[in-house]
Amino acid sequence: MEKSNNILARLDWVTVILWLAMMIMGWMNIHAAVYNEQHTSIFDMSQRYGKQLIFIIAAIVLAVMVVVTDNKLWFFFAWFIYGFFILLLVLVLVIGKEINGARAWFGVGAFSIQPSEFAKFATGLALASYLNSKRQLLGTREMIAATAIIIAPVLLIALQPDMGSVVTYFAFFIVLYREGMSIWVFITAILAVALFLLSLILGNLPVAIGLLVVAAIALLVTSGYLVTLKAAVVMALAGGVAFLAGHYLLDLGTVLIIVLAVFLAGVVYAWFIYRQRMVNQAIIYAFLLGGLLYLFTVDYAFHEILKPHQQTRINIMLGMEDDPFGEGYNLNQSLISIGSGGFAGKGYLNGTQTKFKFVPEQSTDFIFCTVGEEWGFIGSTVVIGLFVWLLLRLMMMAERQRTTFVRAYGYGVFGLFLMHFFVNIGMTIGVMPVIGIPLPFFSYGGSSLWGFTILLFIFLRLDAGRTEYLG
Amino acid sequence: MKDRFANRKYFIMALVLLAALILIARLFYIQIVDKTYRVSAANNALRPVTQYPARGLIYDRNGKLMVYNQAAYDLLVIPVQTSAFDTTRFNEILGITMDDFKVRMKVAVSYSRRAPSVFMKMISSETYAMLQEELYRFPGFYVQARTLRKYTRPVAAHLLGYVGEVDNKLIAKDRYYRSGDYIGVSGIEKSYEEQLRGRKGVNIFLVDVHNNIKGSYAEGRYDTVAIPGTNLWSTIDITLQEYGERLMQNKTGSIVAIEPSTGEILTFVSSPTYDPSLLVGRVRSENFTTLQADTVKPLFDRALMASYPPGSTFKIMNGLIGLQENVIKPASLFSCSNGYHAGSLTVGCHSHSSPLNLPQAVAQSCNAWFCNAFRNILENPAYGSVQDAFDKWREYLVAFGFGNKMGIDLPNELSGFIPARSYYDRYYGKDRWKALTVISLAIGQGEIGATPLQMANMATVIANRGSFYIPHVVKKIGDDGTPSPLYTQKYITGISPGNFDPVIEGMEGAVNGGPGSTARGARLDSIIICGKTGTAQNPHGKDHSIFVAFAPKDDPKIAIAVYVENAGFGSTFAAPIASLMIEKYLTADIKRKYLEDHVLNTVIKPGGKEQ
Repeated sequence: MEKSNNILARLDWVTVILWLAMMIMGWMNIHAAVYNEQHTSIFDMSQRYGKQLIFIIAAIVLAVMVVVTDNKLWFFFAWFIYGFFILLLVLVLVIGKEINGARAWFGVGAFSIQPSEFAKFATGLALASYLNSKRQLLGTREMIAATAIIIAPVLLIALQPDMGSVVTYFAFFIVLYREGMSIWVFITAILAVALFLLSLILGNLPVAIGLLVVAAIALLVTSGYLVTLKAAVVMALAGGVAFLAGHYLLDLGTVLIIVLAVFLAGVVYAWFIYRQRMVNQAIIYAFLLGGLLYLFTVDYAFHEILKPHQQTRINIMLGMEDDPFGEGYNLNQSLISIGSGGFAGKGYLNGTQTKFKFVPEQSTDFIFCTVGEEWGFIGSTVVIGLFVWLLLRLMMMAERQRTTFVRAYGYGVFGLFLMHFFVNIGMTIGVMPVIGIPLPFFSYGGSSLWGFTILLFIFLRLDAGRTEYLG
Repeated sequence: MKDRFANRKYFIMALVLLAALILIARLFYIQIVDKTYRVSAANNALRPVTQYPARGLIYDRNGKLMVYNQAAYDLLVIPVQTSAFDTTRFNEILGITMDDFKVRMKVAVSYSRRAPSVFMKMISSETYAMLQEELYRFPGFYVQARTLRKYTRPVAAHLLGYVGEVDNKLIAKDRYYRSGDYIGVSGIEKSYEEQLRGRKGVNIFLVDVHNNIKGSYAEGRYDTVAIPGTNLWSTIDITLQEYGERLMQNKTGSIVAIEPSTGEILTFVSSPTYDPSLLVGRVRSENFTTLQADTVKPLFDRALMASYPPGSTFKIMNGLIGLQENVIKPASLFSCSNGYHAGSLTVGCHSHSSPLNLPQAVAQSCNAWFCNAFRNILENPAYGSVQDAFDKWREYLVAFGFGNKMGIDLPNELSGFIPARSYYDRYYGKDRWKALTVISLAIGQGEIGATPLQMANMATVIANRGSFYIPHVVKKIGDDGTPSPLYTQKYITGISPGNFDPVIEGMEGAVNGGPGSTARGARLDSIIICGKTGTAQNPHGKDHSIFVAFAPKDDPKIAIAVYVENAGFGSTFAAPIASLMIEKYLTADIKRKYLEDHVLNTVIKPGGKEQ
């Protein structure tokens, strides 16, 4: 009795109130988004807004259940829970029911449950448990193991396929970063993304030439004018040979000829580098060759692995393609409804774009349209403010932990919310490509609401018991 | 473990703030700075109005217009944009009942609440004028211009085909089509759909709540221009076609005429036929039901889809194959004593002089002669067995286009039937059948079936002395176009040109020869016609009358096959009809009025009663 009082007293009520506020705001926006003139009451159980109320009540029950559990449960059973959900993800591929082309759902009576929403907290727990067990710095081996923990559910979800959920799992790398992953991993990742986007916007050839120029400048700065000149001569000769062979014998494209030239030049450099122990030059060369090969791979991946509609979505985000009545329809309608909200919005239930149901998926992935249209810039900023508040609060809570386990889990929760928050709102206003993921606590749907609630409350429970020993 | 990375939290915090800043800055821009979205949205709705291009016109081979377009209007509705309005007045204008209104509205809603769908198809110009004036009172409704097919003459219905609305199955499969779009359903309209349809365009308008068009959305940036359909030049001679249909009136059957040097189809008659304008516009579905229920099957394209036994016309094939296989000679003599007798088997024949050589046998259509020839073909010692010789025999027929679809540019072609060796193996046991078992093939009876198109192609091959182009009905795609490359490739049948001479001599004799010749009724004074009659037994009634011919003998301009169902001997109807067609095509003038009148005035009821 005393202990549970203790828990309630230690629970982070600021977070709980933020959570409740977001759920209620989400519910109101769902009401506006799918408003039906024949069923006006927000409590009408035949409509999505009525159903969402049931989901919210169930979420509160779930939250209470999580709060009354023992702290140690989550620590000791982390791996068991992880294994259980991995199993469910395998199972859903076999007996799941297919909705919108993805085998991502278990049908339970009239409801459908999406295991990938719940696998998130399980992955967070497992990752935290693993990091907690490592008493030394994170080396390559630990990095690979941690990555494997994240990648296992990702691969299974990719098979469904549900690319939106796949993207969100990359949020766990924030945990690894906080726990000491090399900053270079992030820099490489950012460079990779930048190269990818640049190659899409400018084409492969300018980016390949750009890489050569950057490498030449780097060489000039680190090794001086003479070495650069030598390297350039070798490169020019190799380029000549590569052009002759590539163009006349092998019928290669320009980018492949450049790759061939760099590779040939590398064979010559290798001797110099080896003989004269030129470490800087070796690194620059490795980056150049790596960059070129990467360029070639992503080009292939973009055109061969991504589906045409996914390519179009990325192109639309980059402003390279206009398709307002095809793939760009959602985004265009979304921009119109948010943009038309203006400073103060049109008012609750007054959104005309909403009334005409121009935006598909408006109660789920595009719920922010309703916020933007009816509540305007003020309302949108308030919602963003609430998320920032929640995120900073979660960070603060994570930082006050004494164990790596709880801190790592807390950052996992933080990362997932950050990812969902930024990608979801970002896609409705065109700063991210259209990726179908929900806005936590706002979007219609039981699975995501319950998944996020459990995710959050496990952390609240662990935080409330932060003075207890986990063992 | 000491937390060496605690400082990283500042970077992560910066990340959160940066994310929020990006979102707020972007929101600030689209909600406050950029006014265009507010203009697009403030009580405005987008309305995509499809611009339907005019469907391509169809000309005949001489540039005479056959099919063109006429304006019509569709009334469309976007259910979510409707609001309460005076339905009584609305129904009054359209001339529909309230129940009708409800049904139509329900159909529209079930298609899509957000996308436009057709509320009422092809309203008249008067209704359109009335509706246009009051349209502002009916939000969510608007009118879209369409075109309907019009025909210069009520002919060539089967060939031209008709245009209908796309069904939902196709919409799901092909992204080009939307509910309410038209598509070619049969004939040229179907096989050249992609060329004829052109490309739809779309104008996106901003519409206010009063159903008034406020202007183009985004200055027309997303509008696309409709591209009109490509015109087609058919190979058909519309005058000849019309004449052929007149000759075939009140008779069942088919005429196919081909220009031998190109494979271009000159006439493509299937009788009974119907007026193609019956299947246009709002009357289409009603008329279609009526035509479909008609017992004489006017919708059935006999030229392409009816498989008849070729009858005696097929003797030509056996003669040619026998010559090519070197088992008979033009001078080979076979006697005939009122038929062919082998053991207990008898194939009867009419009485004529005996013995005959090949040209005489063709001219007088002697059954016994061709039974002997056919037996020689199958019992050719050059092959190991009757069955191997049979395979070779079939190979020639396939080369002529029998037994397979010819590949004409029209849908639903029938392949006809030439039995394969395995077919008889199944009946009689493997290799346990002999030449005599299948002897009826010698005279074009038995298991074989050929379409009138295939028969006309046979006449073409003979006229060309061994080669042909795949018969086709479109000679130019676009006003300066060419036919599909499929139809410019020459096919060789494997019979040497020299072997055609005695057969052609026989065909000349059949029409122009002395007593005993079977087709003297087809004779023309000015032009040498070469032809062969046929009479196909048929289990459903009187024999079918068949005639294949080409003319003139030297430098043939037309090859023709005529089938008249239940009309008896080939010489009685098919031959005169073919002869008149040839006369019409080559001289443009009919001198034998009596013959024409006789054919025009004869009514042959299905089953075979002449009246």
